[in-house]
Amino acid sequence: MIETALLVLFATAAVVGAVLMLLLRHPMRVALALIGVMISLGGIYGLLGVHVIAVFQIMIYVGAVMVFMVYAIMLLDVRDPSFTERYSAWLWPGVAACGVLAALLVGAVWRGAIPTFTGPGDRFGVQPFSLSFLADYWLHFELTSVLLVVAVLAAVAVIKLRGRHLG
Amino acid sequence: MDRTQFLLGVSLLLFSLGLVGLIVRRNLLVMLMCMELMLNGVNLSLVTFASRSGSVEGAVMVFLIFIVAAAEIAIAIPIVLLLVRERRTLDAGAYTDLKG
Repeated sequence: MIETALLVLFATAAVVGAVLMLLLRHPMRVALALIGVMISLGGIYGLLGVHVIAVFQIMIYVGAVMVFMVYAIMLLDVRDPSFTERYSAWLWPGVAACGVLAALLVGAVWRGAIPTFTGPGDRFGVQPFSLSFLADYWLHFELTSVLLVVAVLAAVAVIKLRGRHLG
Repeated sequence: MDRTQFLLGVSLLLFSLGLVGLIVRRNLLVMLMCMELMLNGVNLSLVTFASRSGSVEGAVMVFLIFIVAAAEIAIAIPIVLLLVRERRTLDAGAYTDLKG
């Protein structure tokens, strides 16, 4: 009972944070709203019993990605039209199209015959998850490290490009 | 309405709100953050399905999406910095070089 209440609370907080992201003007406030959404989603993952993903959600998303984003916002505090005028000319077409999309998808989920919730068992604890992850998916895990190295190289290449452009 | 349907509805709402933000906002950084919101919506649906079926595959996919999001941000922020150095603005409407 209290679990369901917490689930609804976290889900409401996530949706409210997402709506605030569309309404707030300053990018820093949008970033704080997004951090709120991510922490709420971490709470939902914890309630679903998928603790590994809840921990990664907080550590990778909030701890790494959003900190990087906040630094970029602080670095780039240029006053320009995008601060005073929030929305582009695509405001109403975009809202209408996405409203139709959301209505179609939510309607499909509402009508769809989804089997009832069975519960995760203990497969998502840190130890069983790590064992099956590194036994079955070690190649994918190694490939992610290659991807991250390529991303770092690409970031350095972009910075070099900038230096050559200005020099 | 059971729990799976509720969580799927929330994830679809998050995805749609992120898509709206990507289309209607002008600020480049806010557009990037709305893309992150869309990824989060997809992650929620994957975790819901994984937890319903009790299989690890969905959670592994979410882990891989985390890595891809981190790599994406690591590339996207330098590109935004480069663009701002060029034009001194974060307004997406200012970058019309590819317009026919």
